Amino acid sequence: MNKDTNTYSAAGEVGSVLESRSTFTRLKIELNKAPLTAKFGIFIIIVFVGLAIFAPLIAPYGEAEVFPEPYAPWNANHIFGTDQIGRDIFSRLIFGARNTVGVAFATTILAFLIGGALGLAAAINRSYLDLFLSRTVDVLMAIPQLIFALVLLSIFGSTIINLIIIIAVLDSTRVFRLTRAVSLNVVVMDYVEVAKLRGENISWVMRKEILPNILPPLIAEFGLRFCFVFLSIAALSFLGVGIQPPTADWGSMVRENASLIQFAQYDLKAAMTPLLPAAAIALLTVAVNFVVDWFLHKTSGIKDEK
Amino acid sequence: MHPVVKTVLERLGLGLATLFFVSIIIFSAIEMLPGDFGQAILGQAALPETVAAFRQELGLDKPAYIRYFDWALGAIQGDLGTSFSGRNASGADRSAEVVDKIAPRLWNTLFLASMAALIAVPLSLILGILTALYRNSFFDRSVNTATLTTISFPEFFVAYILILFFASLNQIFPSLANVDPDTNFGERIYRTALPAFTLTLVIVAHMMRMTRAAIINLLASPYIQMAKLSGASQTEIILKHALPNAWAPIATVIAFNLAYLVVGVVVVEVVFVYPGVGQLMVDAVRTRDIPVVQGCALIFAVTYILLNLIADIIGIVTNPRLLHPK
Amino acid sequence: MKNKKDNTTLLQIKDLKIEGFSDERWHKIIKGVNLELKRGEVLGLIGESGAGKSTLGLAAMGYTQPGCRITGGQINFDGVDLTKRTDSEKRKYWGNRMTYVAQSAAASFNPAHRLINQTTESTIRAGLKKQNEAFDEARALYDALNLPNPETIGERYPHQVSGGQLQRIMTAMAMSPNPDLIVFDEPTTALDVTTQVEVLAAMRDIVKTYGTAAIYITHDLSVVAQMADRIKVLRYGEEVEEAMTRKMLKSPKEDYTKSLWSVRSIQKPEKKSKDIILEVKNVDAFYGSFHVLKNINIKLPLGRTVALVGESGSGKSTVARVITGLLEPKIGSVKFKNRELPPSLKGRTKDQLQKIQMIYQMADVAMNPKQTVYDIISRPASFFAGLTAANLRKRVVELLEQIDLDESFIDRYPSELSGGQKQRICIARALAANPEVVICDEVTSALDQIVQEGILKLLGRLQKDLNLSYIFITHDIATVKAISDEVVVMNEGEVVEQGLKSEIFSPPHPEYTELLLSSVPEMDPDWLTDLLKARNY
Repeated sequence: MNKDTNTYSAAGEVGSVLESRSTFTRLKIELNKAPLTAKFGIFIIIVFVGLAIFAPLIAPYGEAEVFPEPYAPWNANHIFGTDQIGRDIFSRLIFGARNTVGVAFATTILAFLIGGALGLAAAINRSYLDLFLSRTVDVLMAIPQLIFALVLLSIFGSTIINLIIIIAVLDSTRVFRLTRAVSLNVVVMDYVEVAKLRGENISWVMRKEILPNILPPLIAEFGLRFCFVFLSIAALSFLGVGIQPPTADWGSMVRENASLIQFAQYDLKAAMTPLLPAAAIALLTVAVNFVVDWFLHKTSGIKDEK
Repeated sequence: MHPVVKTVLERLGLGLATLFFVSIIIFSAIEMLPGDFGQAILGQAALPETVAAFRQELGLDKPAYIRYFDWALGAIQGDLGTSFSGRNASGADRSAEVVDKIAPRLWNTLFLASMAALIAVPLSLILGILTALYRNSFFDRSVNTATLTTISFPEFFVAYILILFFASLNQIFPSLANVDPDTNFGERIYRTALPAFTLTLVIVAHMMRMTRAAIINLLASPYIQMAKLSGASQTEIILKHALPNAWAPIATVIAFNLAYLVVGVVVVEVVFVYPGVGQLMVDAVRTRDIPVVQGCALIFAVTYILLNLIADIIGIVTNPRLLHPK
Repeated sequence: MKNKKDNTTLLQIKDLKIEGFSDERWHKIIKGVNLELKRGEVLGLIGESGAGKSTLGLAAMGYTQPGCRITGGQINFDGVDLTKRTDSEKRKYWGNRMTYVAQSAAASFNPAHRLINQTTESTIRAGLKKQNEAFDEARALYDALNLPNPETIGERYPHQVSGGQLQRIMTAMAMSPNPDLIVFDEPTTALDVTTQVEVLAAMRDIVKTYGTAAIYITHDLSVVAQMADRIKVLRYGEEVEEAMTRKMLKSPKEDYTKSLWSVRSIQKPEKKSKDIILEVKNVDAFYGSFHVLKNINIKLPLGRTVALVGESGSGKSTVARVITGLLEPKIGSVKFKNRELPPSLKGRTKDQLQKIQMIYQMADVAMNPKQTVYDIISRPASFFAGLTAANLRKRVVELLEQIDLDESFIDRYPSELSGGQKQRICIARALAANPEVVICDEVTSALDQIVQEGILKLLGRLQKDLNLSYIFITHDIATVKAISDEVVVMNEGEVVEQGLKSEIFSPPHPEYTELLLSSVPEMDPDWLTDLLKARNY
């Protein structure tokens, strides 16, 4: 090594050296330090995912199995009673996890594929494509999303596939904006210029230089968008234009059993029935929001004052 | 021309252009219907002549751009076409004008939305500013967790909880908000109390969080630290140094949330069976009564665009860089 | 206002300790510092990044930034211990008996209010003067600070005046209540050298006239030498040494203090060369309709360094963009080894791209934070030379050794490196392509002096070993002297002159070169006085 600098050695310079740890141990340490709300959120998400995956094994009865007694009260056979045509509420709640969450998840993924790809393309291209996409998105976003969805559903009809495509396309506008904005921040970085100066092709620049750096905000956004999509689909189903019977779905279950709430003074338990699927929706959304909140706090590095 | 005027005019032009494209999208709803929708609406028993007459009434024999201008000119003059419902296979037409269906309900919806906004806007601004000032205090943390929970609740969940407690278990308010034109003002407020309260809860959480973020962002500016170091008190910093620069972000927050209110109203109206535009639209979607859907969508979209336009204009006219050009 | 200078103590800081909160831990920022300031005295606080000088300067006013706390010691201002006072009690001092001048005037003025209202705000609030009286005095201060149109400039808004003017108006704002103490926090760091001279002169005069005590914070010893009676050197939150200005400059006790002007100690003997490796010919370039480069001609001799010198907006970095092909010139061309290069990046061959490499000012953003040192250095080696597996790793280690680092760095991420190490990795990445020409764009300006020295020496050695030719873009004259063979002076998109270093630095100079060179502060407390005399201020 070169020794002409006697008071100074480059290797000895103090950097903020972090201990090298595996991703797994880091994750474990982070989890231990996570606030209670985040731990609670992770727990709930795991439970819901478990329910969705193993629904047929856990549910005591079938999704559309009809029993002779409609509006049965809560009892040993039917923990949460039966609905207006005699289906077991508890079983439908469990299948609902699979249907409602599954549809929302598929929709969010589709929205990210569309919005993410277009957003990235617009950020890199920065010419007519960007202008065209950005203006189109501006116009699409000038119509409230739920209203737009209602219009489209009235034209194409409420099937699950239509629902997924319509909500995904509408929601992809927001994903597009975010992806474009965060990518633009990365595209102007000198390291991207270095890659361009080296003569790297676009796909390499996208994969190696840009994508790894826009991933954290996109992951957080995925959580938020999932909540939004999930609530939108629940709202549409509740309005009767979303997921259609006999598929078990939390939104429509609320609507189907809503009238029971009038009998709270006579049978409080029965009156709670429509609140159960609503609470399930709320619980999952709260859980995801708590986790995202923690994740954002971790990755943004923004330190609140005081 | 003064830069403020110029920027405002530019923004107005952009607003008009947006409105134009949005109206095209809404108009084309009818274009995207399958070819045999006339049969579907009139019923299988309808004679080919009846269907043909219906198609001609809709002007389907004319080119699309002419129909668009007919429709758009009509909409400007308050004519949104005729509803699909009330028609039958025999060709008898008992359908109603879309405007006649919407008009009385529009007033109801506006009443409900303004009631919610009147409570929600001041409340969330105050809460937002307070939590920003005392950030990371116990008060801030609890409000943060509470609002994070509230924004995660679907509107109908909040609504049914309120019904359970205030209408079912304790019969303080009616669970169905049925009003008609003869209902007097006091009675109207009483009957719409629960829906308004539901909307308020949902909106306050969103608006408060966004206000807090906007204020914190502002308080981090170097000129705020400078004001502190020149001996300004907390009140002076807020009123004299932060507020003049806060109109634009605050206006954006309010507009965004009022626009959200417009959407929230749909679900809440259905829960409380409130005779508003939202409920009308949902019914029309179920029966695929396209002209009514179009009319409602247009009203919601125009409100939404107008709100955002107003927020942007407030931002422009309070921007010192535009007010005092070089 | 009467002169407040006398020999009594105004401020006394005893064993002050301050901690800051980051990464969910409390870190020590100030570790027990003592400081004393007499009325009318100017104390220079000097140190490099992380020395805690700004924190100490603010603490002198009893203020701690959000996220910081005082954990021990006293701050006695005129007999009152500020550490024991509440914020509302301290507010009676702030903007009244003690004032503050911030580094970024542009961000520190409220965009919504007129300058004169902001200048006099604290004076009027403290009830020191009536509004019209305060306004009159503010206008007098503007005049004393050599601001143009002192009668009306106060009616303007912050975005309507230039950076140098804003900095002087901020000084007027600090002077308005006729305080006992002003804290200047790097007030000229963001300014160009030619603007800096006027601002320094104005600040020094006004402080002297009113006998105001001041704490002047900076990282530039030659600047503080003009301003301060006494200098205190800080490092890592501790005092290194303190002495009267002249004594400190003549005979610093500590090695660390000497290292603060280490770049000035390097002097590269210039060498001539006839072979031209790269030539910029008659180049005109535009950003949209803005004419950035006007008829630029620059020749780079083989194995030599040409320094491009100029202030912000002179177009020096744009020249680099034209050479690399990022910006197509409207007229003119770039020749490499006598053959014209295609004007745009897309038209160039891999071979042409390989020969010209670039190193950036901010090593932080020049490296992908998600890649390891190995990823960063190995990519050009595999991309251009087609090395694979074992050979590639060998080459990376070899390059690391060339830049005085070793194999242990290979798996680190940029966030795990210090500033100097990051810049070295960027150098290694450029070397990995086996270039012949390297463009260095302000590569040392973001670094501390001692680190700069190391980087400059490294670049010099690499030039000798690998026969590299450098285009070195910088605004710092000391760096130019340390590294260049030839110098190109640029101003407003034009080349003012090009020549051997010795020719450029010896008179006679063209007007702009004269202004630029004479504005660079020297390690001489009389420099500013002499310069102003020479310029007939």
